[in-house]
Amino acid sequence: MKRKLFLFMAVIASLLLTVSAWAGSIQIKGSTTVLPVAQKIAEQFMKEFPDISISISGGGSGNGIKALIDGTTDIADSSRFIKDKEIKLAVSKGRYPVPFAVAYDCIVPVVHPSNPVSNLTLEQLKAIYTGRVKNWKDVGGEDRRIVVISRDTSSGTYEVWEKKVLKGARVYAGAQLQASNGAVAQVVAKNKYAIGYLGIGYLNKDIKVVKVNGVTGTPATALDGSFPIARSLFMFTQGWPKGDVAKFIRYVLHPQKGQKLVREVGFVPLY
Amino acid sequence: MFSRQKREQLIKLAFLSIACGSIIILGLIMFFLFYEGLPIFKHVSFKEFFLGTEWYPTSEPPSFGIFPLFIGSLLVTILSSLIAVPLGIMTAIYLAEIAGPKIRGIVKPVVELLAALPSVVIGFFGMVVVAPFLQEYFDLPTGLNVFNASLMLAFMSIPTICSISEDAIYSVPTELKEASLGLGATHLQTIVRVVLPASLSGISTAVILGMSRAIGETMVVLMVAGGAAMIPESVFDPVRPMPASIAAEMAEAPFRSDHYHALFAIGVVLFVFTLLFNMVADHIAHKHKQVGAATL
Repeated sequence: MKRKLFLFMAVIASLLLTVSAWAGSIQIKGSTTVLPVAQKIAEQFMKEFPDISISISGGGSGNGIKALIDGTTDIADSSRFIKDKEIKLAVSKGRYPVPFAVAYDCIVPVVHPSNPVSNLTLEQLKAIYTGRVKNWKDVGGEDRRIVVISRDTSSGTYEVWEKKVLKGARVYAGAQLQASNGAVAQVVAKNKYAIGYLGIGYLNKDIKVVKVNGVTGTPATALDGSFPIARSLFMFTQGWPKGDVAKFIRYVLHPQKGQKLVREVGFVPLY
Repeated sequence: MFSRQKREQLIKLAFLSIACGSIIILGLIMFFLFYEGLPIFKHVSFKEFFLGTEWYPTSEPPSFGIFPLFIGSLLVTILSSLIAVPLGIMTAIYLAEIAGPKIRGIVKPVVELLAALPSVVIGFFGMVVVAPFLQEYFDLPTGLNVFNASLMLAFMSIPTICSISEDAIYSVPTELKEASLGLGATHLQTIVRVVLPASLSGISTAVILGMSRAIGETMVVLMVAGGAAMIPESVFDPVRPMPASIAAEMAEAPFRSDHYHALFAIGVVLFVFTLLFNMVADHIAHKHKQVGAATL
C-alpha cells in the first residue's frame, strides 16, 4: 500500500517537474474551433520532437488573442481575423501579432432531411435569421413555420455568420441559441422545421446541407472562394516566430505533416 | 497527553476554525461576485439592465437587457414548481403515512436515487426523447421550450422535495396522530388537519430547496429550454433562463470585458434570488416551528 502511494506521488512529482523544468515549451490558447486541429498536430509534433512540450487550452478566439497581447501565451488560436481594436492594443503594448492561416473552414446552412428546400440565397438566409421571413413557403418550401437555430452570440462561428450572412444586422431574438456545433446538429436532426448552420467538420447523415447561391459548401468550393460563407482559421504568434515556435508553425504548414492532419480532423487544408 | 478539559477545548477550537474558514470562503466568493458584477453599471443604468428587453452582448453597440432572461428563469421555475410540489408532497405523504413498510423500503431509496441522476443525463433525455415527442404530440414548431424545461426541472426537484418532506412528516410525534384518531377522526382527516400542519416547516423548507434547485440548475435549461432571448408568449415558446446564458457565454467572454462583467451581474441577480428564497423558507420554518407535542 505504502509503496503504491509512493509510486503515485513520484509520478505526480515527475509530471509537475516536466512541465516546469523542460527546456522547450510552447503555450497555445484560444479558439475552440481550432482546438482539435491544434491538439492533433501538437500530439504528432511532440512525438517527433520529444524535447519540446506543448500545452494547449481553449477559451475562445477573443481570450486567445488577449492572452497573446498580455504575453501569457506563445501562440493564439483564432477562428476569425484579429480586430482593429486588438491590433491597436497590442501595438500600444509593444507587441506585434503575426497571423498564419492554418486551415479553411466553411460554414454551411443545414435543415432536416425531410425539408424540400435545397438552395437559399444569402438574402434569403439573412431574411430568415433576422426574423423577416418566418415561413418556409416564402423561400420555396412547404407551409410551415421556420425554427431558426443559431450558435450563441459569443462563438467565433456566430461572428463569422453575423459578418457574412447578417452583414452586421442583429440575429432575431426568437432564434434558438445552442452552445455548441454538436448541439446544433442534434437539434436540426430532430426537428423538421429547423434551420441551422455548422462548421463543415460537424456534418453527418441525419442532416441535409443547403446550397448557398447555388453552390454546395465543400473543401473545393471553400478553397476556390466560390462558396460565400468560408473562413480561414488562424494561429497568431507574438512577433515573427523564432526557435521552437517557428519549428511548430513550420510543422503546421507542412503539406505532408500538419496539413495532412488538418484534413483528418475534418477541416480544409491550405493546399 | 492533555487533560480532558484541554482536549475538549482543542476540539472546540478545531471546529470553530473550520466553521470560520467556510464562512470566510463564502464571504470571499460573494465579494468577488459583486466585485466582478458591479462594474457593468458604469456602462449601463440599473433600469436598462433589469428592464431592457434586448440581450445582444457581442453586437456593436452591445445591449445588456436581462429582462427576457429573467422572465425565462421565473417562468421555468414557477411552472416546474407547479408540477413538482404537489407530486413531491403527495408522494411524501404516501410514503410516510399510507405505504406499508415493505413498499416504503423499496420506493424511498428509488426516489432518493433519482436525485443522484446527473443533470446532463436529464437534459439529454429531454433533448432527444421528450422534445420530439412534445413536438409531434402537440404539433409545435419546436419541442425545446418552457414546458419541456419545466418538466425536466420538476423531474429533478421532485426527489429533493419528496425526501425532505417525508422526513418531516415521518417525524411528527405519534401522540398527535393518536389524539386525533382517538377523537374519532378518520385517517385522511388526521393527515390533512394534523400531520400536514405539524410538518409544515419541514415541507416548506423542502419546497424552497426544490425551487432553488430549479432556478439555479444550468445544464438542463441550457440543453432543453431552447435558448431564445425573447419574452415568451406561451409555455410552448423557447426561452433563455439566466444560468443558461452564463454557461453558454462565459467561455468566450474576454476577461474583464463589459460582457464578462454583465455575466457576473447576472450571477449576482441569481444569488440575490436564491438568498431571498432561503430567507422566506427560514421565516416560514420559524413561524410554524413545532416546539412540542402540545403546540398546534
